[in-house]
This record gives sequence, C-alpha cells and structure tokens, in this order.
Amino acid sequence: MSTDSLVKIKNLVKHFDISGGLLDQLQMENGRITRKQTVVKAVNNVSFEIQKGETLSVVGESGCGKSTLARTVMGLYPPNSGEVHYDGQRIDCLPHRQMLPYRTKMQMVFQDPYASLNPRMTVRQIIEEPIYFHNKGISRGDAKNKLHEVMRSVGMDPEWAGNYPHEFSGGQRQRISIARALAVEPEFIVADEPIAALDVSIQAQILNLLMDAQEERNLTYLFISHDLSVVEHISTRVAVMYLGSLCELGTAKEIFSSPRHPYTRALLSAIPTLGGEKKKHIHLSGDVPTPINLPPGCVFHGRCQFANDRCREEIPLGRNLENGTLCACHAVEEGRL
Amino acid sequence: MKTRSRWQRFKESYFLHDFLHDKVALTSFCILAVLLFMGFAAPLVAPFNPYDAHNIDIMNAEIPPSWLPGGDTTFLLGTDAQGRDLFSTMLYGMRVSLIIGIGAVCLQAFLGIMVGLVAGFMGKRVESILMRVADVQLSFSTYMVAIFISAIFQAMFGVAKYEEIAVPLLILVIGFAEWPQYARTVRASVLAEKKKEYVEAAKVIGLSQKRIMWRHVLPNTLSPVFVISTIQVANAIMSEAALSFVGLGMPVTQPSLGSLINVGFEYIFSGSWWITMFPGIVLVLLILVINLLGDWLRDFLNPKLYKG
Repeated sequence: MSTDSLVKIKNLVKHFDISGGLLDQLQMENGRITRKQTVVKAVNNVSFEIQKGETLSVVGESGCGKSTLARTVMGLYPPNSGEVHYDGQRIDCLPHRQMLPYRTKMQMVFQDPYASLNPRMTVRQIIEEPIYFHNKGISRGDAKNKLHEVMRSVGMDPEWAGNYPHEFSGGQRQRISIARALAVEPEFIVADEPIAALDVSIQAQILNLLMDAQEERNLTYLFISHDLSVVEHISTRVAVMYLGSLCELGTAKEIFSSPRHPYTRALLSAIPTLGGEKKKHIHLSGDVPTPINLPPGCVFHGRCQFANDRCREEIPLGRNLENGTLCACHAVEEGRL
Repeated sequence: MKTRSRWQRFKESYFLHDFLHDKVALTSFCILAVLLFMGFAAPLVAPFNPYDAHNIDIMNAEIPPSWLPGGDTTFLLGTDAQGRDLFSTMLYGMRVSLIIGIGAVCLQAFLGIMVGLVAGFMGKRVESILMRVADVQLSFSTYMVAIFISAIFQAMFGVAKYEEIAVPLLILVIGFAEWPQYARTVRASVLAEKKKEYVEAAKVIGLSQKRIMWRHVLPNTLSPVFVISTIQVANAIMSEAALSFVGLGMPVTQPSLGSLINVGFEYIFSGSWWITMFPGIVLVLLILVINLLGDWLRDFLNPKLYKG
C-alpha cells in the first residue's frame, strides 16, 4: 500500500450521551439513588487511511455509524478518543482559528438537498459566502467569476443565481450543494449519502458530476452510502461497517469479488442481480443489537453462523489478509471459514 | 427560469394571493390601515388639538354627539367632561395607545429574540439559566409587575413629573413584563433549526458560531415571531388600557384610549355614555382587527393547521 495518505483516522471513538440532564439520570435502584448514563456508542475504534486521489466508500446498514464517522472526520463532532490526521497534521483537536485553513481543503456534501441549503438565502449568497469568507478582500468581480465558474462546472446556468433554493428541484439543489463545496477549491470531499434522497434517474447525473469533478480537480472522496451497486461503480476501496466497527476494508474489486467477513458476504448477497444464475442469498437472523448495549466480543457474533466462544468474548482486530484486504474476524483469521 | 426582482416575487407570491382572497384579512387590513393613518396623522386629521388648553372651554363639557338633541355640529362625537372634542381626543389617544403598543412589542421582541436565540443556540447551562429567568418572569402576572413598577415611579417622581415620562415608562413596563413569550417561541424554533444540515454546512465552511447564529439560524426563526408580534401588539394595547383604567397608565392630560374610557366611566350614570362608549368601540375594533390579521398570518405560515 502506498504511503501517500491524505487523511488518516486512528482508533476513532465517538459516543453520544443521550441521558439528558442530571435529574433525568438519577434512578432508584434497590432503594438507592444511582446515577445512570445512557450512551450511544456510534463509532468504536475505527482506523483507516484515505489515499490521495482515491474514492473510499463506507457502506453498512442504517444506524451503523457511517454518517457519524463522516461528521467526526469533518470536525463537526469532536471525537471521544482517537485521532484524525490530514496531510500529516493532527486536526481533531485544533481550535477554530487554526482549523480554518483545513476548512478550505475539506468540504462536505450532505444527504438531504432540501435541508442543506439555507431557505432564506439565494443561490448567489449560498455559494459566495464561503468564497468571501476564505478569500478576505476578494473583489466583487472575482467572486462573481468564481461563482459563475463553479455554477457552470456543476451544470447550472449562472443566470439562476438570484433564485432561492425552493425554486429548484432536488437534483438541482444537490448540484448547488456540490457547487458550494467546490467554491473553496477543496482537495478532499466527504459525501454523506449524496444521492440517497434523489430520484434514481437523477442519481446517475449527480454521480457522474461527482466523478467528473474528481477527474478535473483531482479530488479525494470519502463516500458514504448504503447503495452497494453505486459503491461498486465509483469506489477505489470499500470499507464495510457494522454497529460502529469496521468489519472489512479492501479494494472494491476484492471486496465485491471475494468478500471474506461473514457480514460482508451477507450484505453483498443482498444485491439484486439481473439474469444469470441466482446467487445464494444469505439470510441473517435476528436484529441489529442497539448501539447502547454493545454485545461483548465481536459485535456481529449474535447473527453470525460461524461464531464460537472466542467470538463472544474477544473483540477481533483488523488483520491484513494475503490479498491486501483488512478483515476483523476470528473465523477468517483461524481459517475456520 | 429568470431571476426576478423582489417586487415581482412579491406580486407573484402565494402570500399576496392568499391575502387578497381572504375577505376577513383584507377587511381587517383596510380597517387597521385607516386606524393607523388616523392615529399617526392625528394632528392633521383632528379638528381640535386636545393638548392645547386654549382650545378647551369648560362650558362645552359633556355635549352629546351631533345627531342627538343638544348636540353641536362642531363636536361630531360630542365632548368629554373637560370640554375637549371627543373625536380629536380619541385620535390623539389612539396614537398614544399605538405608540405604546408598538414600542412595547419592539422592546419585548428585542429582549425575547436575544434571550431565546442565545439560549437555544448555546444550549446546556446558558440555556438553563436564561430559560429559568424567563419562567420566573412568566410566573408573575403582567399586571402585577406593571402596577408595582408604575406605583413606585408615581410615588418617586410625583404626578407632574410622571406625566412627562409616562409613555416611555409604560413601554418599558409592558415590554419587560412580556418578553418571555418571545424567548420561548424563538428558542423552540432555534432548537428545530440548529439541527438542520444547512447549519452543519455553515460549520464546515468554518463560519464562527456568532455568524451562524445571526446569519443562518435567526432569519429562519422569524416567521413565528411575526405571528406572535401581531397578537402581542394587541395585548400590549390592552395592557396599557387596563393600566390606564386603574389609574396607573396615561394621565388625563394626555389621554390614551384606556384613560378616556376610565374618565368617561365616572360620567356614565349621569347620562354621558359617549365619553366611554366611543373610545371603547375604537379600542375593541383596533384589537379585533389586529388579532384577525394575526390569525390569518398564523394560518398562512402554518398550513398544517386547517381551519375547521
């Protein structure tokens, strides 16, 4: 693996305390008042690196911590522990002012194009705000040129800049959202399910737009999605997450052709296929446990047909396999599977 | 799709369309516009100046309206106990009422929006402290606070001095008594808005908390503020009238609608019903049309509430 990594995440942990105020936390237990905190363990000990110019996709079912991971990388949530490095510099603990230079390098595209644009601002105001903010003293003409350039690059007519977001369709809004991210000339873009809220016919357009932008501007993507066929199409590498933990990470080709982790196998067997021979669909029994009470050992053991006593007690660590894939599974490691 | 000017947007907006097709709202707006004009243009519209003692002749006291026997055509709606033309006095009184009502609401809105915005946006301890202060304020009745403060000021400054500072004092008293209404409304919508993705997008750009609060969150919380503002103007005018009625509001020399009603009340059993009746009708009309407009605005801005 090359050492040219742009973003590096080390043992990232993000927990959310949802127990409310002190009075809500107090409970009577056996005649004694005890303080009980409820914590959602959204991301647990996740480490990976993103190489320059690649698209790393994170997949997993809803609630597995994909979006939390993306937001923690962007610094929207402070991590409980662990580190986020950008270009060799640790950025997760920087104060606001020192973080500013990284804000132009890292941008984000959000899932819901109906909520990610301020309804009281025109498209011009939305896109020009980051331009003016990060280029202090830029002339009006230059800002306007930049606005027109990014609007054209996302396939929008600059004539529409005076309109409000509600006057556009979902696909067009997502283009505006991408234009806002591109306006500060970033190197790295986190796309948090950017096509999940869109019509299928529009999804392809937005995906092509993202891929074209990557080619023209030499971007690196962290792409969050639950749409496996899309992920296979656009990714360089794929990370599979389950219940806040990383199960498997490898090149898209390896993951989709020979998945190793039992969860990845089950997940990939759920992709519908057209024609050809039918693949055997692996049915998982039971539900995803809640991230409030994580199961001990491997988080997947309750639904895994290969689980044994070791899986119930010991948390598996990610190990590199012979094909370069990183897999966190005792069964794979022991050759039971 | 072409960019249109603000005025064109307004002309084509559903807001205007809905307004023009709602007879109640349209009528209320017309009446309110007339009342506002008459009130603020009182020195031009009114035939007499009730503040000018040279115009007043005590011999003209208690003349009935012009269409009644004993009425005088110079005094359209009759005169009050001091011989002032009731129509002119009412117009000047309405102006005082409106100034106090609008002034008090501006103060309430300013205080309430500040507190609500900061509490909702900052959260945690700041929110707890500010909202508990608002709760304490709300647990006092408006009138109790207002009566308390007015009584102290009247005793402190004496009646003569009190007359000079009556208008700003009433604005202050009513403004301070009702700001928690705004603080609660604004906080509730700030809590809803600050979780939306456009706020996260602003954070990703690197904007400061202050700027996100003012530029992004505040403009999106203002529609409920407009709705309660209309109702609060009506409430403030009513509070002022009530305070004047119990003698703690505007002095008789600069009467508001409330103090006119109060003054006339003493003469109602001697047959001079018009001194109380006409200001009363105007007060009811004013508050009614403001409330009806507020109702329409609320229904318009919250389409989930259908009228039954």
